[in-house]
Amino acid sequence: MASLNTLPKFSARRPGRPAPELIFGDLWTYDPAPETADPKLKARYELFINGRFIAPKSGKYFNSINPANEQKLAEIALAGPAEVEAAYRAAQRAFDTTWGRMPGAERAKYLFRIARLLQDRAREFAVAETMDGGKPIKESRDFDVPMAAAHFFYHAGWADKLDYVAPGRRVAPLGVMGQVIPWNFPLLMCAWKLAPALAMGNCVVLKPAETTSITALKLAEIIQDADLPPGVVNIVTGAGETGAAVMGHRIPAKVAFTGSTEVGKIIMRSLAGTDKKMTMELGGKAANIIFDDAPLDQAVEGIINGIFFNQGHVCCAGSRLLVHEPVAGRVVAKLKQRMKVLRVGDPLDKNTDIGAINSKEQLTRITALVKSGVKEGAGLFQPACTLPAKGWYFPPTIFTGVSMSHRIAREEIFGPVLSILTFRTPEEAVEKANNTAYGLSAGVWTDKGSRILKMSTELKAGVVWANTYNKFDPTSPFGGYKESGFGREGGRQGLLDYCRLV
Amino acid sequence: MSRLPITKTPKVYVGGAFIRSESARVFPIRDAAGHFFANIPQCTRKDLRNAVEAAAKAGPGWAKRTAYNRGQILYRLGEMLEARAVEMTSAITLGAPSPARVRAAAREVAATVDRLIYYAGWADKYEQVLGNVNPVAAPYFNFTVTEPMGVVGVIAPDAAPLLGLVSLLAPAIVSGNTVVALASETHPYAAILLGEMLATSDLPGGVVNLLTGFRREIVPTFATHTHLRAISGVAKADERKALKLGAAESVKRTHLLKAEAKTDWFASRAQSLEAIRDTLEFKTTWHPIGA
Repeated sequence: MASLNTLPKFSARRPGRPAPELIFGDLWTYDPAPETADPKLKARYELFINGRFIAPKSGKYFNSINPANEQKLAEIALAGPAEVEAAYRAAQRAFDTTWGRMPGAERAKYLFRIARLLQDRAREFAVAETMDGGKPIKESRDFDVPMAAAHFFYHAGWADKLDYVAPGRRVAPLGVMGQVIPWNFPLLMCAWKLAPALAMGNCVVLKPAETTSITALKLAEIIQDADLPPGVVNIVTGAGETGAAVMGHRIPAKVAFTGSTEVGKIIMRSLAGTDKKMTMELGGKAANIIFDDAPLDQAVEGIINGIFFNQGHVCCAGSRLLVHEPVAGRVVAKLKQRMKVLRVGDPLDKNTDIGAINSKEQLTRITALVKSGVKEGAGLFQPACTLPAKGWYFPPTIFTGVSMSHRIAREEIFGPVLSILTFRTPEEAVEKANNTAYGLSAGVWTDKGSRILKMSTELKAGVVWANTYNKFDPTSPFGGYKESGFGREGGRQGLLDYCRLV
Repeated sequence: MSRLPITKTPKVYVGGAFIRSESARVFPIRDAAGHFFANIPQCTRKDLRNAVEAAAKAGPGWAKRTAYNRGQILYRLGEMLEARAVEMTSAITLGAPSPARVRAAAREVAATVDRLIYYAGWADKYEQVLGNVNPVAAPYFNFTVTEPMGVVGVIAPDAAPLLGLVSLLAPAIVSGNTVVALASETHPYAAILLGEMLATSDLPGGVVNLLTGFRREIVPTFATHTHLRAISGVAKADERKALKLGAAESVKRTHLLKAEAKTDWFASRAQSLEAIRDTLEFKTTWHPIGA
């Protein structure tokens, strides 16, 4: 942490100098403030098929590890082709006999139930999510779990109002959906995928990421408690092979994937000879653009939230900061000050800002890309901070003097690493922001309303946050342009991707 | 002695100009009686790339036109076609003597005019139906609007070569996309004449680019060209697979109708708001509400 002699002098404020501020550094330490609610984990999690928890025929299980301390949390069943087949048959049967024929008003009640039961057990789920994935408890408690419940609640109400989804047309469910979700928001992604599919009357086979299966299977407990008809939701766990079996199966009328652009393209290729519908929510390399008239202190908070939220494991993370040249020096100085007070460490501590990196593989990838940034000549800054001895952690990192050709400006890092570039004119900002194969999100910070609307129009991105960043809502469609994928999740537009018009 | 008529040299309409293929290749088409009618440009993948460049150049200006203006230009195109309906009818029949064939072609031209008028009317309305304000649970103003995808590739069917082509390109351009279209391989002449009508319809050059040629030569480049952000078209099974495989490389959007399914282009469902939506992106913008 900063020592006292690096602080600005406490003299009278002079123009052009940053205002004096108090930096306590490590003069005082925080007392630990661990969240102690019981996550109610089982020693072993089975597959959820046709409304029941069943063991895999192969008898194979894999470990789910707590990335904060590398300890084993539970054993997760490994689904093979036989289980994927059973899951799809159950889903098809449920679609043909119960769910697909049920009046929307009745489907709605089940979804409302799931939302309520999830709210009941919110803290338990938050602790489980943090232990399984490494994200700070304040995020899982205040964002992931409440937002997941909100998605079920929002979509529940659509189930009997589908005549309003596509004006002038009647809609019908597609049938059985295959869904594969990532490890960065394990429970929330379940909700994003399941809620609209179920509201529309589809049945689902879903595969969570192998490092974060626990909350999906805890959600299966809630689905059982809600008395959802057997087979409407089936959850199969495993790694890439299981995922490929879920995506490549003959039964699903549609597959929905959230994950890397690389894997998304593999799935698109593998389904090229079929008529299956797809939605893809893929990677991003979002530009967060700061103009000289922006409220800089708020912008700095937005930059911090944009890149360090969930350790930067966010597809829409504001990982490229584009700063207007006149304020670049001030913004970077403020950013560095702010980074010095970020608390990195135990995800279960209520004061933690940046938790554990989800897996060793991801930590290796982040480390390699940061090395490439240094090698290519960008200026590295990391605040002094002590990382826990056990577990996978990476300090918050920014690079200054980045150019568009650097790998750290082009590749998705998916970690707490920010690349800072500068611009002189709005046109240059747009040019740099759009100069990427991705197009998921962007941020704009300025006091000028007309500029916000112009920038929002010209940025090729599915979500634009103006004077804010990383905000989400079930009513707000989310999804990308270009190689960030297609289809939307959330809002009325998200429902369009789970129906056919009749 | 009777006067020898002047025949027209067919040229394709690309970037607002009438050009021959860069390859200087042509292929002959015959009239209904089986006599030589004209040489049609046999465009290449390089012609396609040039056309995409022209379309990309025209894109931002076209997308910035007001919706009202785009609607009027589509309507104007309808006016041009109506006024030259007889000429277009004979471009489809190529001199077929059968009254039934002539009536069918006249019906196709009339349906094409009506289709243009249908989409012209949507220009300043689809946004009001597809977009909306979202009531987020926090103090933000949040709204979803549509935006054109950019350059759209259109692959026209052989059945209803004029109506099919226009039914695919009109919903793309009405929202501000620009189009590179491959005309029917078996009946390319209607597209040649359509180019001449486009040129007189106030549509800026490069918004619609029409190529003629052989599918097997050009469809593979439609698949792989990364600046084409979407493909709308009619394709056979092997072409669909190739188009989707190529689309995966740049996560391109594909909306492919089956050639074997025999789409009824005259049906009312051959025109729809959803066809416009197919080449739109949804964009959601957030802004805090506060002083």
